[in-house]
Amino acid sequence: MNHAISETNSAAKKKNRFSYGIVLIAVGLFIYLAFGLNTEAGLDAVFGLNLAGSNAALIPDLTVPALPVVYLMTLVAVFVGAYQMARGSRSTGWLVGVIAVTFIVAFLMWAAQGKSFNLTGMLSSSLVRATPIALAALCGVISERSAVINIGLEGIMLIAAQVAVLVATITKSLYLGLFAALFVGGLVAAAHAYLVIRYKVDQIVSGVAVNIFGAGMTAFVSSRFMQSSGAALNNSGTFPIISIPLLSKIPILGPVFFENNLIIYLTIILVVVMHVVLYRTPWGLRTRAVGEHPKAADTLGINVYFTRYVNVIAGGVIAGLGGAYFTLGSVGRFDEAMTAGKGFIGLAAMIFGNWNPVGAYMSSLIFGFADSLQVKLQILRIPIPSEFLLMAPYIVTMIILTGVVGRAIPPAADGQPYEK
Amino acid sequence: MSNLTVPAPSAEKKESKIGAIWRAISVPVLAVVTGLIVGAIVILVSGENPISAYGALFTGSFGSPAAYVEGFSIWFSSGQTGALVRAFYPLTESLVIATPYIFAGLAVAVGFRCGLFNIGAEGQFFIGALCSAFVGYSLRGLPMIVHLPLAILAGALGGALWGAIPGYLKAKFGAHEVVNTIMMNWIAFRLSDWLLKGPMKASGFRPVTPNIAASAELPRFFPDPIRFNLGFFLALLAAYLLYWFLFKTTLGFEIRSVGANPDAAKYAGMNIIRNFVLVMVISGALAGLAGAAQVLGVDHWVGQGFSAGYGFDAIALALLGHSHPAGVVLAALLFGFLRGGATNMQSIARIPIDIISIIQGMVIIFIAAPAIIRGLYRLRGAKDDDEAVLTRGWGK
Repeated sequence: MNHAISETNSAAKKKNRFSYGIVLIAVGLFIYLAFGLNTEAGLDAVFGLNLAGSNAALIPDLTVPALPVVYLMTLVAVFVGAYQMARGSRSTGWLVGVIAVTFIVAFLMWAAQGKSFNLTGMLSSSLVRATPIALAALCGVISERSAVINIGLEGIMLIAAQVAVLVATITKSLYLGLFAALFVGGLVAAAHAYLVIRYKVDQIVSGVAVNIFGAGMTAFVSSRFMQSSGAALNNSGTFPIISIPLLSKIPILGPVFFENNLIIYLTIILVVVMHVVLYRTPWGLRTRAVGEHPKAADTLGINVYFTRYVNVIAGGVIAGLGGAYFTLGSVGRFDEAMTAGKGFIGLAAMIFGNWNPVGAYMSSLIFGFADSLQVKLQILRIPIPSEFLLMAPYIVTMIILTGVVGRAIPPAADGQPYEK
Repeated sequence: MSNLTVPAPSAEKKESKIGAIWRAISVPVLAVVTGLIVGAIVILVSGENPISAYGALFTGSFGSPAAYVEGFSIWFSSGQTGALVRAFYPLTESLVIATPYIFAGLAVAVGFRCGLFNIGAEGQFFIGALCSAFVGYSLRGLPMIVHLPLAILAGALGGALWGAIPGYLKAKFGAHEVVNTIMMNWIAFRLSDWLLKGPMKASGFRPVTPNIAASAELPRFFPDPIRFNLGFFLALLAAYLLYWFLFKTTLGFEIRSVGANPDAAKYAGMNIIRNFVLVMVISGALAGLAGAAQVLGVDHWVGQGFSAGYGFDAIALALLGHSHPAGVVLAALLFGFLRGGATNMQSIARIPIDIISIIQGMVIIFIAAPAIIRGLYRLRGAKDDDEAVLTRGWGK
């Protein structure tokens, strides 16, 4: 029995290895056909490495010959692909990395040939744009590790965003606004948890209801009270940028990582904390046990319901932070439907990141990068409609879900109610 | 796993017919009533009078009795129909709003019957509308008998394609249809942004398609402000056909079996993959028809944000109608009247139209958790109905 399983496993691995190699070679060929043939020889791409207004040390811009780099990327992809087919590697993470890096570098060379392009600015805005996606993804990770799907985090973020700006404007305190957002996020998540755990409501149906309710409630409050009163209720201001001493002086890294606002720092800290909690503490072990095999966990004396409540509510608090980002961390005012599907993209990032905090954050960065790239490319006026670039993250998500590139494995009991 | 959409056989076989009907509709009816009560509380808290607000909602959706009396008396005395048409306008407008809801609700309901959760009705709706509009404005000089069916078919095909992709990915790779249909929604929005700004844009500043040809319009039956059209009857026909298909054909039985218990269906020799794809095609086609009915019958052109909210409303409709075509039609009529009246409520009682979404969200929760309603109203009900399992996580 065991032998048979390991045999099918190794056959599957071999097939997987092979298909990765083919994908890599295909990416290499695509890079050559799409970018290699369309990049003029002799043109340089100039990448600005200094961000205006930052206090990092100034460094010269990076000037690279566009076409040779595109060729190099083609070779790297084809070579790694060939090696993968011949010898193969167990880890799929770095293969996805090779695909992403070669493709993106070649793409940038093609887009920026003969032009100047501020790389540091784009990386910085990638991190900023990734933040709400990452917080949504982290909310998903922590709930789903205990096997509760929370598709309602879009609605939670909307409500939290609105409450944050209302409280912060009325009390004139950004911190009170932030706490109110965290509280409300936890509260709505608690309602979701109560419905799905106590009443065993279908988790996705309950999440959808939270989304509809959240969109309706925030729009109602917004048009009934906030629009008419104008600045009196809808003008909170935003968290200031905090420059970390010394570290923010480092070129490139400084402006990207060490000159941000509170919520962005909190997000990065949260990723680390959640990783430690999930994989290094008894609570994390219990959470994962409840998500994988609740019956076994119950037998060992773990309180399945309590674990789920705590995790879902913690997830709601994180989504509340994500909501606060939209208003207090970004524009300082609330607009209807301002989350614009970021919650759902966060769920995709969670799946792409294989239900672990660091993976989820990395995938959020990719989505954030795609988002900010799309804005920059409009400025560069490249001949691809921006709408198609905006589609890319969604298409990538669908490809990931097929499991052809990097199989995502959810917690075994994900989405199932537990009956004692 | 039991399934909300396929109620378990009842142990009490001898109960009267009226009792059985009450048992079937008590939870949806009470859920709507409770939703309206919650809405009234929200209105009250926001500082308005819920009675006058719901009064405005009622006259906005059914028309005001005074206007009917006046319309008929003018018609009898002088033969002029102007006032009568104005009196009937709110009622017919509610039916016009209900038309795409019927199609879209059926789309989600057929998915539920097979255990699939199609959140992508919104994107399928949009793509269907764009396909119908394209056939509608690009072909000129065709007789109506050819042009109109072609335009309707284009909408159905567009939606079917948009639904087939997640269906295929689900069947072949086990990729969860919830995420994929959401992704397809966003792809549809971006694609439509591009189409409306570029290839399909009418001359002028606004990003909208040209008007469709008169030969592609669904015929209207009454003088001008009234937009009531053939689409409503097509929607009823679709509901009947879906009922016949699901409950009177072998294929329909297979689909319901796969929904009730995929493992059992598999061992009975049913083809799960084919059923998943088939159901998503039917579901997408119905959502596409919703878009087609809206563009060919009401708007005659498509602009940005055309499909806003239909996808989520459709989920509420399918749940409310217990995934039964007749139930979906009733639920869609209810939503049509709510939405139709909400505009009036907004202008007269200054209650934002979004109150309807709040009520809908509550209704979905009450439908999905019948135990809450049973507890609130001390109803007796079968215990097994309470444990509703619709979806199966992200994996296979």
